Amino acid sequence: MEQLLASYLPVLIFIGVALVIGLALMIAPFIIAYKDPDPEKLSAYECGFNAFDDARMKFDVRFYLVAILFIIFDLEVAFLFPWAVSFGAIGWFGFWSMMVFLAVLTIGFVYEWKKGALEWD
Amino acid sequence: MEQGALLTGLPAAFFYLFAFVAVAAALMVVSSRNPVHSVLYLILTFFNASALFLLTGAEFLAMILLIVYVGAVAVLFLFVVMMLDIDFAELRTGMLQYAPIGALVGLVLLAELVIVLGGSSFGPETVGAIAQPIPDLAIRENTAALGDVLYTEYVFFFQLAGLVLLVAMIGAIVLTLHHRRDVKRQDISRQVARTPETSIEVVEVESGKGI
Amino acid sequence: MEFFTIWVLPALIIIGQSLLLLVALLVFTAFILYADRKIWAAVMLRRGPNVVGPWGLLQSFADMLKFVFKEPIIPAGANKGVFLLAPLVSSVLALAAWAVIPVNEGWAIASINVGILYVFAISSLEVYGVIMAGWASNSKYPFLGALRSAAQMVSYEVSIGFVLVTVLLAVGSLDLSVIVMSQTDGLGTRLGLMNTFLDWHWLPLLPMFVIFFISALAETNRPPFDLVEAEAELVAGHMVEYSSTPYMLFMLGEYIAILLMCALMTILFLGGWLPPVDIAPFTWVPGVIWFTLKLSLLFFMIAMVKTFVPRYRYDQLMRLGWKVFLPISLAMVVITAFVLKLLEGGAA
Repeated sequence: MEQLLASYLPVLIFIGVALVIGLALMIAPFIIAYKDPDPEKLSAYECGFNAFDDARMKFDVRFYLVAILFIIFDLEVAFLFPWAVSFGAIGWFGFWSMMVFLAVLTIGFVYEWKKGALEWD
Repeated sequence: MEQGALLTGLPAAFFYLFAFVAVAAALMVVSSRNPVHSVLYLILTFFNASALFLLTGAEFLAMILLIVYVGAVAVLFLFVVMMLDIDFAELRTGMLQYAPIGALVGLVLLAELVIVLGGSSFGPETVGAIAQPIPDLAIRENTAALGDVLYTEYVFFFQLAGLVLLVAMIGAIVLTLHHRRDVKRQDISRQVARTPETSIEVVEVESGKGI
Repeated sequence: MEFFTIWVLPALIIIGQSLLLLVALLVFTAFILYADRKIWAAVMLRRGPNVVGPWGLLQSFADMLKFVFKEPIIPAGANKGVFLLAPLVSSVLALAAWAVIPVNEGWAIASINVGILYVFAISSLEVYGVIMAGWASNSKYPFLGALRSAAQMVSYEVSIGFVLVTVLLAVGSLDLSVIVMSQTDGLGTRLGLMNTFLDWHWLPLLPMFVIFFISALAETNRPPFDLVEAEAELVAGHMVEYSSTPYMLFMLGEYIAILLMCALMTILFLGGWLPPVDIAPFTWVPGVIWFTLKLSLLFFMIAMVKTFVPRYRYDQLMRLGWKVFLPISLAMVVITAFVLKLLEGGAA
């Protein structure tokens, strides 16, 4: 247990050091660079006119659908990881149990495909 | 580890750090003005929860929490709050009227936790009801120990999880999918299957006449 | 005194190692950036950067200095905190994953049991830098770019997950060093040959290697999948409003993420630090050199793809991810598992 936690300490320290380097690079120009802001410079980029409304807008529901489908497949992958690791220990029963699981999800996948949820227009 | 043993030394310090940040971030989730900031604080909370999992030795769960909750679920949340046209000021006004419902949900959760955790002190034999003893980390690492039982001992729960995912998949499609008919789509297999015989016609054009 | 030897000294050593790796990585990235530009130029019969230093070798360092002295601009309509957080998130996350990458036997900052899950988790978080930048800028182009990129990165992550699972099936451990060492015994030795590059996973798992390579391009928004920053339509996607070092951090994060994918391919399929043939002249070369060589070779391939493949259209991209890679990789998981189970049964 102690050993396990000790193996994660370097990860934390590494991220800390990376953060310090990132922050240093980020802050540097705010300290040393020449600054002369004006309204035109600070306005949002557009093709030659002033931005006339809020840039955040409603968009196609399809993006949500992709995100939801991704969650489901991500969970499927999450179930596959421990299976792959203890693959040698669980025998044919474990193998077929996963095959049934995958078959059930493949039904969902086929449904998706046939419904046209994977098509992008 | 001995029953009831407290964490000591560096792990304890990290536990208090992560637990404190998790609680503070969770408070910011409900109190920050901008819903996008709320989701970002929620992600911070997930990170700390994952670190807490690590402190208990559950490596696999810690990483899966990051992959599934931060990498997938929070992306969906962020999509929803970022891209919907929400009037932030209007949202704020109604906040207090939901407080009683929130408190009720919180109370129910608290009661359930007390029942589950208190059960072991009322009936010490319930501790024995934990069917699968956790093997020592030195012998079998966390992920493998989980895999050893999940697909054999708990096969029905595992298949149930598969069915839940199937329902979620179909539900999401039924609720959100509506097809647009007015757009042209590319059918790549049909494109590739085209041959000169099916698509080119050689015509003898007489001079002075069109086709 | 005891406190010093138990806590402070090891912490200082780890900080030193981290700094060493990070600096080496950043310098390597600088030359990789230069290489990318040179390769691109060479294919187009241009010269590429050739002014700063001999053959322009110091170009990236000059660029870095220039970025530091540029005026940092925060758009008036932007959400300041998130706007500045985004580049930091994208670069620090890309760096963070390197904590577990073993560049030689025992040469990793942290050797954890679930190394590959950690890398997978970090690479699934990289989408946040893009989304946050796109939203915080409060400008149309970044917003559209972020939207596209989020859906794109998410789509290809599923295939990457399945590819990882096939490798894990063959190895049976989530530890990256174990994955490398498992490649000393493979197809080549089964056929009675000595330890060579034929033992590595790329040969039995070739389709997965190809899928991983292409998915890695999509995951890191490299051409031909760089729809996020398609300059013809979106100017520069999520980076439009950025200038100075915040912009540089995005570029840095992008290239380090690409190198991370190359490192992952090296470890999973090309035998990590192992020499291509296990005999005298090759074994004299230190493992870290082999690792870097394989990394550079993979990056060369990625750079070449950029030079001669035209950009995908968005619907084609989604089709490739969901309708081609996902079913193929899922089927390969099943096939690999079945074959391994049969072999295992035969041996027992």
